[in-house]
Amino acid sequence: MKYYRSHILVSMNETSIAAGVQNFLQNLRSELAKAELSTEINILETGPLGFFGRGICLTVYPENVNYESVKAEDIAELVSEHFLKGRPVKRLMLDSVNKFNPNFNYANRIVLRNSGIIDPEKIDDYIGAGGYVAWEKALTQMQPADIITEVKKSGLRGRGGAGFPAGMKWSFTAPLDAPQKYVVVNADEGEPGTFKDRLIMEGDPHQLLEGIMICARAIGATIAYIYIRGEYKLCISRLELAIKQAKEYGILGTNIFDSGFDLDIMIKIGAGAYVCGEETALIESLEGNRGNPRWKPPFPGVKGLWQAPTVVNNVETLANVPFIISEGADEFLKHGTPECTGTKVFTILGDVAHPGLCEVDMGTTLRTIINEYAGGMKKGFRFKAALVGGAAGVILPDRMLDVKMDFASLNQYAAVLGSGAILVMNEHQSIVDMLWSILRFFRHESCGKCSPCKNGTQQLYRLITKIKKGEGTMDDVDLMQTIAETMFNTSFCALGQSPIMAIRSAIENFRDEFIAITNK
Amino acid sequence: MAKMVNVFLDGHHLEVPDTMTIIEAADKHGIHIPRLCYHPDLPPTANCGVCVVEVSGNPTPKRACCTPVTEGMKIITNTNKLRSYRKTLVELILSNHEVVCPTCVANNKCELQTLANNLGVDPDSLPCILEKQPVDKTSLSIIRDVNKCIACGRCITVCNDVQTVYALTMSDRGIDSHVDTAFSNGMANSPCVNCGQCTVYCPTGALRERSEVDAVWEAILDPDKHVVVQEAPAIRVSLGEEFGMPFGSVTAKKMYAALRKIGFDSIMDTNFTADLTILEEGTELVTRLTTGGKLPLVTSCSPGWIKFMETYYPDLADCISTAKSPMSMFGVLAKTYYAEERAIDPAKIVSVAVMPCTAKKFEARRPELRDSGYQDTDFVLTTREFIHMIKEAGIDFKNLKDEDADEGMSFYTGAGTIFGATGGVMEAAIRSAYTLVTGTELEAIDIQAVRGLEGVKEATVNVPGFGDLRVVVAHGLSNARKVMDRVREGLAKTGESPWHFVEIMACPGGCVGGGGQPYGNDMASRARRGLSLYEEDKSLPVRKSHHNPEVTRIYEKFLGSPNSPLATKLLHTHYFKRSVYTGQVTGEATHKHH
Repeated sequence: MKYYRSHILVSMNETSIAAGVQNFLQNLRSELAKAELSTEINILETGPLGFFGRGICLTVYPENVNYESVKAEDIAELVSEHFLKGRPVKRLMLDSVNKFNPNFNYANRIVLRNSGIIDPEKIDDYIGAGGYVAWEKALTQMQPADIITEVKKSGLRGRGGAGFPAGMKWSFTAPLDAPQKYVVVNADEGEPGTFKDRLIMEGDPHQLLEGIMICARAIGATIAYIYIRGEYKLCISRLELAIKQAKEYGILGTNIFDSGFDLDIMIKIGAGAYVCGEETALIESLEGNRGNPRWKPPFPGVKGLWQAPTVVNNVETLANVPFIISEGADEFLKHGTPECTGTKVFTILGDVAHPGLCEVDMGTTLRTIINEYAGGMKKGFRFKAALVGGAAGVILPDRMLDVKMDFASLNQYAAVLGSGAILVMNEHQSIVDMLWSILRFFRHESCGKCSPCKNGTQQLYRLITKIKKGEGTMDDVDLMQTIAETMFNTSFCALGQSPIMAIRSAIENFRDEFIAITNK
Repeated sequence: MAKMVNVFLDGHHLEVPDTMTIIEAADKHGIHIPRLCYHPDLPPTANCGVCVVEVSGNPTPKRACCTPVTEGMKIITNTNKLRSYRKTLVELILSNHEVVCPTCVANNKCELQTLANNLGVDPDSLPCILEKQPVDKTSLSIIRDVNKCIACGRCITVCNDVQTVYALTMSDRGIDSHVDTAFSNGMANSPCVNCGQCTVYCPTGALRERSEVDAVWEAILDPDKHVVVQEAPAIRVSLGEEFGMPFGSVTAKKMYAALRKIGFDSIMDTNFTADLTILEEGTELVTRLTTGGKLPLVTSCSPGWIKFMETYYPDLADCISTAKSPMSMFGVLAKTYYAEERAIDPAKIVSVAVMPCTAKKFEARRPELRDSGYQDTDFVLTTREFIHMIKEAGIDFKNLKDEDADEGMSFYTGAGTIFGATGGVMEAAIRSAYTLVTGTELEAIDIQAVRGLEGVKEATVNVPGFGDLRVVVAHGLSNARKVMDRVREGLAKTGESPWHFVEIMACPGGCVGGGGQPYGNDMASRARRGLSLYEEDKSLPVRKSHHNPEVTRIYEKFLGSPNSPLATKLLHTHYFKRSVYTGQVTGEATHKHH
């Protein structure tokens, strides 16, 4: 193996591609060649690096220097100063901007353990990092029941929002005698502000495939579908490539590892409706129908895709599975809290210094995530509130900064962890505006099937618009709660049940703002 | 196999099969759970949320319409919270509904109106969010007013699941979601067969027939016009319920009296041409059976079925009887035979048909049905429109004295009257075809096997000299599909149809369940009305079409014999092919044969 003095990790994600990373790399390569450094310095194209820097981001090893917003005109200086003379270019370094050193604690990662380190387009990289060991173990050394026992023991809960125990979900479907069962991956990440699944898939597509394979083996499914947002072009191409590579290696296909087990994984591209993140609407859409939810029961685990038993899991849920199988549930249990084990990937955005992605143990406080992983508030701003869990989430005020971010702790405050999106607002932002934005979103995304949601979201949008314009009264504020309460109790699916979360938390925590605006 | 489970409904202990939903269990035990979109004839769409109940162990209420009962389930149907949710739900629906109750066709029949009234809803609690949309008036039969639509989805269910016509679907999403035809082309440019089952199941006035009441009044009040009226068999058993009489009362003679009071010039009866149809269609059947003609022979009375056939089974059009429907036979004879006999200029005759049917409006305007030299049938009134006219004329229907129809094309037999129920045409045809083949009379004329509401009914009748006559009856177009698929398959595989004679009616229950029947037209009332027709059949002095003296007379005086050249010219028709997307004619399916 060739020895390199230094490695430059280049994040190839949608943001950097939009910033022209491909041209940038060409220029960087030719500059390195001119300086006769091509044999000494290696360029690695990787997935997201873990922090969400602006534009083109680089990490240089072994010195662990992070650059962000690097441009073509910076190449000459980088090559001559850093790569030739070993003097990092301070003005481009991430920690020089905000005295921020992103917490790159790879030891503490599960889902993102390879992200930013391996080339997501090379199966050998994944295998080199210990990939597909769990699959081999699950297929040749474990019985389906053993897999489910291990997943149950790990306490893994669904990462899509509801937090239903994954092992239990699998155990409903596994014993059913059916000619066909399916695994469906919910990669229709539609919750505003959430992009964790995108980065998981961009950074380490094989890990998701491995999770799907293990789940399929556990429940006896021979076909899996990844239902993915159409906007996730890079994820789609990387997953397609990963499936192709896995098939070429005999990791996927027929009679895998001579076990007699067959599995095919297919990709279905969604058309962007938020409601299709709801598992039964997703199944309808997958079948080629209008994306409307179905009544439960029967649950998809019993009658799902084409009426066959179907396990629907979120991307992050399945991406945790290879670790649980290869390292064992006990290793997994070292992370998180007793009720909510493992880690959670959060996307932090809004008025923080470094919007981005982080993977932390379940139960880490909101304050820690904002201060340590997002570099605190943007310079000159104070924290006012955070919308946690996307549009279907709650608005938390500063007195709740020390709430632990896990399903159980948040439930105590009638809040939800949801998808893991954290949108931070500064003290100048209006809660009424935020609520207006959320309610406009629900109005737009309601499928219109059931009248509580169809008419309710429109009424809520009209009312908040009136309030926002300063034309509303506190009666209108109360009416919003009444409508949302009825929607919560009578809507057909989770979409119509959601607006109450934001409305109630906004009104309870920021009542003064509503009083002020209605007294104008 | 259903298992019996114990449930506790408002404290009452019930033992019910586990295949039931909560609302079915409650209905069975006389406990009424408020509902709006749920209809016992249809699979639940579960859209409105009004039927929510509290179920032990669940943090939020459950929809009673689609939640199955389970062992030990404890259900509470009425709490202050549930009352408040239901009120808010109805207020939300009303806030997006054009509230014009006094003038709405559904006034006093509207399920939303009744529910809002029962729940004591405050109409002003929420601001109106309705954005008015144009009304779809493209169809000759059905008007669709999306402003009154509450998106319950029943019309879509009945159109797609019960009728398999696929004319209606939900379009757009959220607050913009609405029932629509494909590409918003309008009902006239869709595969809609005009059966009107959507109007029957619509809980509000969003779907209704295109009214011809004004045009009929205009003709009646025009002294230069001679207005002849005919009434379909099903009408006489559907009027009483609207005027406080027992359900299914046979009111033929009050019906005639009402028509006379309204001012029609000549009161005849479609039942007469129903008998005539039996002679024409029966002769056609016997000819095909005995000369190796195309089989099976399929009935052609139901205009919804005919357009459905032209759209989905044009390849089998030569199996369909060429006989016109009783309404259209009457229409053409009114302006030929009747005009001649009475010496009236046919140009001055206005022919009105009172039908349980919305598709008849479309049929009346088919360009090929002008063999009299005029549009054979000028106007078609549904039962609902006729009731409207009776009310407008201020007639106390219940207390009307019995009157007879005018003489001539009004005499009918028991065979003619059972045309209104599924299986009736078949039974009537067998009563006469038997005689046509054997020259003897069939004694056991109550053919139970083809009666009742089973979706597909098969029977075998032994006809001496011919052998076993295999027949099948289907009502509701999804059942028609089952039968026609087997016919198509049989003809393709072996060249043989499983049956000799097929009766198809577009509407479940036959004409008594027609799309023009009074609101509240559920399967239970269809069954009751059907029984009334069989009762009338039993009470009539003549029960076989070939013994109808007026039928004999018309052949002697005018037509010659069944299937004679003149009968063929006036009483038979041909069919077209239609696009499954637009419903428009794309070519001929059979040729005009005169």
